[in-house]
Amino acid sequence: MIKKIGAIKITAILSYIAFISLSFIVGFAPGEQIGNNFKYFSIAMIKMLPCAFILIGLFEVWVKKETVEKHLGKESGIRGYTWGVLLAGTTVGGLYVAFPVAYSLYNKGAKLSVIFTYLGASAICRVPMTIFETSFMGIKFSIIRWSVSLPLLILSSFLLGNYLEKKKYKIMGRPSTQMAGKHEL
Amino acid sequence: MHYLYFATGFAVLISFIANRKKTFKALKIGFSQFLHILPAFLIMLIFVSIILFFISDKLISDYLGNNNKYLAVLIASFFGSITLMPGFVAYPLCGILLMKNVPYMVLSAFTTTLMMVGILTYPIEKEYFGLKVTIARNLISLFIALAVALVTGISFGELF
Repeated sequence: MIKKIGAIKITAILSYIAFISLSFIVGFAPGEQIGNNFKYFSIAMIKMLPCAFILIGLFEVWVKKETVEKHLGKESGIRGYTWGVLLAGTTVGGLYVAFPVAYSLYNKGAKLSVIFTYLGASAICRVPMTIFETSFMGIKFSIIRWSVSLPLLILSSFLLGNYLEKKKYKIMGRPSTQMAGKHEL
Repeated sequence: MHYLYFATGFAVLISFIANRKKTFKALKIGFSQFLHILPAFLIMLIFVSIILFFISDKLISDYLGNNNKYLAVLIASFFGSITLMPGFVAYPLCGILLMKNVPYMVLSAFTTTLMMVGILTYPIEKEYFGLKVTIARNLISLFIALAVALVTGISFGELF
């Protein structure tokens, strides 16, 4: 794994760690605050990510490729987009959780335009988040946001997805990453 | 948040009862995918921690209150694009800004870009989708956010 990260990234990560540790030792306030930010967001993600990846693993093992192809694949039509939005509505976290999920869906035969719909919708249509939003911003605000962004999202995903399918684009073109995704399934 | 743990635990339990071997395989797959993307996550967290030091809640409030609405919308989209904030932080902040008479359209530009445009999630997105598609998706998202802001402005009578 270390080879894959690359020397520059390792250097960057190590100097970051050194900078933060030093800041705490000598009491350099900005460094301490950056360190605390890091801690705060790491904890928020550690609460979420293990569950997300366990569910991804279960999905990879149990859900048949044919099922995903049928409902989210090339022949799925409007149903595919509907599934994309519904799945996104229940996604927790944000885009950073949606990317690995999208990749699993793609591996199981979902088409690109549905993948992009899913990604965008997991940013804008998460149900728990929207409930929270209405309590602060009012329901009119959320209704406008949904009714403008969702059609635009589906339209743009349709165009982008079809364009990329024509170009024979593949998600995760890098050989190392492709291997990690296949898992002799 | 708790329902996520509950759902995951329940799913693992059902899976384990149904097929022990498959369940271990699933956990293995999940773990190796997690390990694979972990460096990108680390780099994102480092970016987030540094960016949020320079762009504080106070800085955002100061700038979004700008008298020129159009400029405020652009600044809001900029902040929304370069920062990453969970909803439970962002919406209370917006609620406060609303009380300070920041227009709805500015806040919708901010929250929509915050959710859809991810400059900080770029290390992760690039890992899966590659550079070009990442840029394309984010530009489209920015456009959608501006469209949402525009319609919000019209609906709340802030534009005309």
